[in-house]
Amino acid sequence: MNGANATTTGESPEAQVSLHELTRRFGDFTAVDRVTLDVARGEIFGFLGPNGAGKSTTIRMLCGILPPSSGSGTVAGYDIATQSEQIKNQIGYMSQKFSLYEELTVEENIDFYSGIYRIPAGKKAERKEWVIEMAGLAEQRGTRAQALSGGWKQRLALGCAVLHEPPIVFLDEPTSGVDPISRRSFWELIYRLSGEGVTIFVTTHYMEEAECCDRLGFIFGGELIALGTPAELKAGFPGQIVEIGCERPFELLQRVESLPGVKSSALFGAGLHLAVENAEQTIAAIGRELPDLDLRMERITPSLEDLFVSFMQAQGRAASS
Amino acid sequence: MAPSEAIKTNALQKRFGKVTAVEELSLGVKSGELFGLVGSDGAGKTTTLRMLAGIMDPTGGETLVLGRNMAQEAEEVRGDIGYMSQRFGLYPDLTVLENLRFYADIHMIPARERGGRIDELLGFSNLTPFKERLAGKLSGGMKQKLGLACALVHRPRVLFLDEPTNGVDPVSRRDFWRILHGLLGEGVTILVATAYLDEAERCHRVGLMHRGRLLACDTPKGLKGLMTGGVLEFTTEEPRRAVRLLSADFPSGSVALFGEKLHLYYADDPEEARERAIASLKKAGLEAPRVRQVEPSLEDLFVSLLR
Repeated sequence: MNGANATTTGESPEAQVSLHELTRRFGDFTAVDRVTLDVARGEIFGFLGPNGAGKSTTIRMLCGILPPSSGSGTVAGYDIATQSEQIKNQIGYMSQKFSLYEELTVEENIDFYSGIYRIPAGKKAERKEWVIEMAGLAEQRGTRAQALSGGWKQRLALGCAVLHEPPIVFLDEPTSGVDPISRRSFWELIYRLSGEGVTIFVTTHYMEEAECCDRLGFIFGGELIALGTPAELKAGFPGQIVEIGCERPFELLQRVESLPGVKSSALFGAGLHLAVENAEQTIAAIGRELPDLDLRMERITPSLEDLFVSFMQAQGRAASS
Repeated sequence: MAPSEAIKTNALQKRFGKVTAVEELSLGVKSGELFGLVGSDGAGKTTTLRMLAGIMDPTGGETLVLGRNMAQEAEEVRGDIGYMSQRFGLYPDLTVLENLRFYADIHMIPARERGGRIDELLGFSNLTPFKERLAGKLSGGMKQKLGLACALVHRPRVLFLDEPTNGVDPVSRRDFWRILHGLLGEGVTILVATAYLDEAERCHRVGLMHRGRLLACDTPKGLKGLMTGGVLEFTTEEPRRAVRLLSADFPSGSVALFGEKLHLYYADDPEEARERAIASLKKAGLEAPRVRQVEPSLEDLFVSLLR
């Protein structure tokens, strides 16, 4: 959707987040290894990778909490190594551990964050109403945070994180463990912020959420191994994907994975996805080998989950799974 | 109760003071079945699992696990039940192996069986290369697999899993489900609560909870039969804009974004809905979308029922 260029080398003037060879080492361990990328204003950038790949370390550097070991980066035009104080006013941050005060009410939590972010007295009431409206919490104003369900808490936490109208928001697995309907309403809020020009930098393990991002970066072992729009990344998928619709996917899984040309197979929703060299040949082979089963087979565009899995397998999963 | 039912509840209820967490919950899970429990946050899934696993007493109704009433005979079946809570109690400063030994001790696995059982669990969870690593240093996916291995150390015949794959990356999630598949092959009955509807799709049967009650319970296919009308899938250039446009023209809750595609739920006439939607997009200057009728997913059902 957005015209940001996947091959830029960082520090473009338009970019709200711009990283050049950003590196963070802890002793001998390199957690983030020469990451270079730009995120344009208003863009929703999805940062994906397995647990422990370096996502959170990168976000901590971008928020000015952790200094880089080498390389450079700017957030909203400020240098992450030397201007962390300025950066803190420009960003909102929310993680899976929503930092709400459980024993405070919805309004009290908002008031508390208004104080932290030094919202001017004349603006406090207006911002509070904005958060309550955005999060749909009008009827829960006086409810303690601990009595809110996960989805409400999550929207309140996002509201508190953007009280000071930051141009950039970092969301670290914001929807982990939240039910599907609440995840949907949460993404509607993200689109709304992005539509208002707010830049969103988000990590998630839900690949259907990754589909909703304008652009994606895959990080593995601290290195950025792929960068592009969801469509660009899928176009670069090595091999083809066959989707099989069937009644008993578990039973089928082992029978099909030994067939020649099948690189990997996995449960996918109610059916199976096979990563194969040649979809037509595999479909014909399965038809020959398993004629008794009434299978619906089709070559499909790879999903982001297929892509994620193939990246991880290519990078040697033994060390990471 | 039919002997083939591994889990059975009758009008199960749990109140916390004035709050009713679970109400009138009656369900049966067959032996060897994989049963999924889905529902919004706060719907009562965790409370239900705790009562079924015999960790929390209900305030009404009864539960039978393997034919034993959990109110009076829980001790008789405790050894046949495995339970993995959302924050499973791993000891971060013990190694993978030490955690497994600890759970083997708790369950009083005889010394001569212990080594073999632990090797077996390490093997199928792919944790053998990491057995000397501290549990606190494992990635999220490996922690969940270790949690599962610990919950299985005593070979339970009934397994309760509370959102076991939250915060787990897609590769580890696939591994985890492969392990569950292996357990089904051994005849273990599994009841899993999940926030991932693609996981629910592969369960034999699914219960949908809402505000403490079981709204529906059937095979995934049967549940989808609850949808009145059907689903049209739109592929357009500007999906987010298209959602906004159509949301204004159709009743609330009938349009949803699925990745880069858009789903429109119609009540009776697909042709009328298709034409109306295309006209509305065209009026706003959007190019003609590709439209096809698709089978509803559980997520479609969820969105159309609960939104």
